[in-house]
This record gives sequence, C-alpha cells and structure tokens, in this order.
Amino acid sequence: MNNTAGAVQPPHQPPNQPPDLPPNSAAQAWLQEASATAHKLLRNPLTAAGVAVIALLLLVAALAHWIAPHDPLRQDLAQALLPPSAGHWFGTDEFGRDVFSRMVHGTRITLFIVVLVTVVVGPLGMTVGVVSGYFGGKVDAVCMRVADVFLSFPSLVLALAFVAALGPGLEHAVLAIALTAWPPIARLARAEALTLRQADFIVAAQLQGATHLRVLWRHLAPLCLPSVLVRLTMNMASVVLTAAGLGFLGLGAQPPLPEWGAMISEGRRYMLDSWWLVAAPGAAILVVSMAFNLLGDGLNDALDPRQSA
Amino acid sequence: MNAATPAATPVAATTPALLQVEGLQVAYQTPTGPVRVVRDVSFTLGREKLAVVGESGSGKTTVGRALLRLLPRQAQVSAQRLQFDGRDLLHASESDMTALRGRRLSMIMQDPKYSLNPVMNVGRQIGEAVQRAEALTRAQCDEQVQALLARVRIHEPKRVAALYPHELSGGMGQRVMIAMMLAQRPQLLIADEPTSALDVSVRQEVLALLDELVAEQGLALLFISHDLNLVRRFCDRVLVMNSGRVVESLAAADLAHATHPYTQGLLQALPSLRQRRAVLPVLQRVPAWSAD
Repeated sequence: MNNTAGAVQPPHQPPNQPPDLPPNSAAQAWLQEASATAHKLLRNPLTAAGVAVIALLLLVAALAHWIAPHDPLRQDLAQALLPPSAGHWFGTDEFGRDVFSRMVHGTRITLFIVVLVTVVVGPLGMTVGVVSGYFGGKVDAVCMRVADVFLSFPSLVLALAFVAALGPGLEHAVLAIALTAWPPIARLARAEALTLRQADFIVAAQLQGATHLRVLWRHLAPLCLPSVLVRLTMNMASVVLTAAGLGFLGLGAQPPLPEWGAMISEGRRYMLDSWWLVAAPGAAILVVSMAFNLLGDGLNDALDPRQSA
Repeated sequence: MNAATPAATPVAATTPALLQVEGLQVAYQTPTGPVRVVRDVSFTLGREKLAVVGESGSGKTTVGRALLRLLPRQAQVSAQRLQFDGRDLLHASESDMTALRGRRLSMIMQDPKYSLNPVMNVGRQIGEAVQRAEALTRAQCDEQVQALLARVRIHEPKRVAALYPHELSGGMGQRVMIAMMLAQRPQLLIADEPTSALDVSVRQEVLALLDELVAEQGLALLFISHDLNLVRRFCDRVLVMNSGRVVESLAAADLAHATHPYTQGLLQALPSLRQRRAVLPVLQRVPAWSAD
C-alpha cells in the first residue's frame, strides 16, 4: 500500500469524493461507459495500432488539401513515370500526376464509401434481422430467404452485376456494396434476437403492455447493438477491398478520380518498370483494411463482458 | 362499462368473481402427438390470495402465462370459459390483450436476474410502465418511480433508480420487479414463485410486502409456489396441481385435512422439526393421476 498515492489522484475527481460515485444522469453514465470502453480498447497494442491508423486516415482525409504537395489531377507529361524522389515522394504516374497527392485525396473516396455503406447497411441489416428474429414464422422465412439469395452469390460478383445494371460510378458502387453487405448483418441480428425473444425480461416488458415496436426498439435493439457494431467494423475492411476491386475493374470511381483500386488498375500496365504506381496504393489498401479488422477485433473484446477477464 | 359493479367493491363475496377459468387446456404439438401440459383446469378467483401448488412441471406457470396469453406461439390454448372482469380473454384480439396486460393483469416473475432488462437502468424500466399508465413529464415520472421504489421499501430510491439490474441483490431485484408490476395498478397479480430465488429472511419481507399491497389495493393474487408451508400461512385458498390437472382445491387452513392422496403425499414428504422420522417418505405416484 502506497501512502503517497493520495497526492496523485486523477485530476478529474475532486479529492474528497469517493471514486465510484453513481452517475447523475444518463448522459453522464453513457460518458463513463464510453470512456471505460475506450480505455479497454487502447490497452491492447494491436487495437491501438488500428485506431491510430484510422485516426490518421480521418486526419489525412480532413486535411487533404493542405497535406498533398501537388494537385492530384494536374497532368505534366514531361514528368511522367518518375521514381520516388524528394519532389514526388511516391513518384509520378503515366500522366505525370503526383502519386502521393493522389493517395492523400484517395482517402476521402475510401472514407466516403466506407461511411456511406456502413450507414446504409447497419440500420438495414439490423432492422431486418431483429424483426425476423422477434416475430419468427412467416416474417422470418421471407426475410431470411431474401437474405439467402443475396448470400448465395460471391459479393464481388453480385456487386459487379449491380454496378453493370446501374452504370459505373462511385454512388452506384456504394449502393451495390451496400446491397451485398447487409445479409450477414441481418443474420447476426436475427440470431441475437432469437435467443433473446423468449427471455424473461422481454416477456416482462410484454406483460406490462409494451407494444411490439417498443419491445423491438427499446429492449431488443440495444442488446443486439454490440455484436452488430463489431461485425460492421470488421465489414469495413471488406468494403474497402470490394470498393478497390470495383475500382480496379473500372466500375467504381471513374477517372480521373484518385481512387486506390482504380490507381492500381491504371498502374498495372507500367507495373514492371514503375513498381511505385501499384505498390503505394496497394499498401494503403492493405494497411487500412487491416486497421479496420484490428479495430473490429478489439471492439469485440471490449464490448463482450465475457472476454474481459 | 361495468354496470354490475358499483364504484367501490367492498365485499368480495357479493360481486361475481374477477377471474373465471373453466376447462383450460394447453397442449403442444410434437411429432409423436400432442403433449397436454394443462388439462381441464377450472377455478374462480375473487379479491383473495389463491395459491397454485404442485411439483415442477405440473403446469403451474403455464396456467399463469396462459391467462396473460404469453405462451410461445406453438402452444394451443383452449377453454370453455376464460373470463376476466366480464371480458373473454381467450378470444380477445392481440391489441385488446396489450391493453389489458399491465393495466389490469400483471405478473411477477420467478427470478429477477432474468426478468429485468440488463442494459436498462431500473428507473427507466419502471418509468416505461409509469409512462404507460399516464402521460407525465420526465421529472414527474422520476418522482413516481421513486415513490414506487419507496413503496416496496427500498431505502434510497434515488440511488437505486440509477442502478442496473446486475448491481442489485436478489431481494432488491424482486422488489423492483414488484414495483414495476404495480406501476399501472393492476387488479389481478399473478406471482410466479416470487420468492423461490430468495433467501428466507428476504422472502419474509417480500411476502409481507405482497400481503400489504393485497390488503391496501384490493388486489386479487394468484400465487404460484411449490412451498406448501409458505402457502398454508400466506394464502386463503389452495389449488393443488399434478401433471397439468387440478387434483384438489381447498381452503389453506384445511390443507392438513386434504383428501387426495397426492396432496397427502406432498404433505408427508415435508420434513418437520418437531417429529423425528427415520426415513422421509417418498411420494408414491399412482399412474391414474397422470392418465388421460
């Protein structure tokens, strides 16, 4: 026991208050909970690395104009296919555009796709899953057969088909990826809802006269949220990859937009002589999708009380 | 609505029974044929404390849940009559049932560990019920919740309202559950083994509380239990169930004079402090009790 410990109390607590004071409001409780979760997250070095990469990604995307040394779209044929140097950190491509600047601006496109897909897929998958798990019977059968149809195609092939039907473009790529990504989320939410539906506290809510909507929204959804959140985060990695795949095939972002997959596709022809054209965006895709995976893993541990020994 | 009942109903005997159950049957379909878990159960309940006792699996809880129509979808419920305060529960629509549940009939469940939502604090859970009874502002609702908690003798209602179910002891949890079920002032309360997850001293407190509430609010109480000694002291009448059937119905005071061999067997199997017996008798079952 250390007697001097009293002098180095955490600054946010007045010294004469007991440390475990119950929260005064829901917002305060939520804050406490969030900070505890964040603390747990960052304790794992791998997760911390993932968080750092994603934070860097956000920062770069926000400050792309100031970070990029050149205009990502300005061509200069006199300077085409230059190897990495002090002037062009990651070299230049076949039109003399600065690869580093293009990558920096590419973070915006990647984030745009990831965020949009997640915002569409999360609520959609969760709603379908929770509703079909809770009601069961015919509702469940219909919802899950629809999900099965989507699941029985490889997601890239299905996304390709959607984009081919809708026409190439960034927004269509987002839509296509979202359409292929919701069924696993719905399955997960349904599995959670199925185990909880007969739980005593759900019955207790029903026998207080709670309507189905209320049970779904107030009682079931919050309990399914942690696992759905983890799955969504893991999903972001595959979204990044699918987006790059679509870009590579020329069906995602259209030139001259600096999308990472499209950059690899364009650099492919010069790959043997100018390795930097492919290596730089390739490494970016690798690092970012790995970071999302690590964060998802960490969230899984942090949100699951059974894992925190 | 209720032309037959005057505003105040002081004498239970003169008014028709609150709950009338006649020939209640519950069965589950299985590949090998239907399994009948409740068979031809009939009873009436006025403003009194009626106990349902029986061993595990005798259908006590199923009867309770059937009254609230909260059995799983696969259950097939039928009855000649299932009437609550003049309404037919068996043929009521789902929205009618939603209107009745909580407001008119309610149920305290066995184990507070499983019957409170783990991710909502206690105050909000009770608040949901309070809000349903009447539209209140947030502050009024909090006040009501704290009044309810104080009512079930929780000493620091303000602190407890902010706690989550896992932070409560078993006895506190059960009292919170009771507070939640009382929020809408039901007329019939089904208590499904409300004390079996509690230790002896807490059990007494919860029972005293229930007793007081029955006396004050004129509740009808259907008390499901397997504890004969407790029922004998606590309730007015006793229904004894075995394999889905009511084998005996008698006043709690007359339990010692039970005539059915199953009830006698149950009573015999109770150990006693006063009498020393070499071997505690084991209940001898007669196949006829559970035959169709």
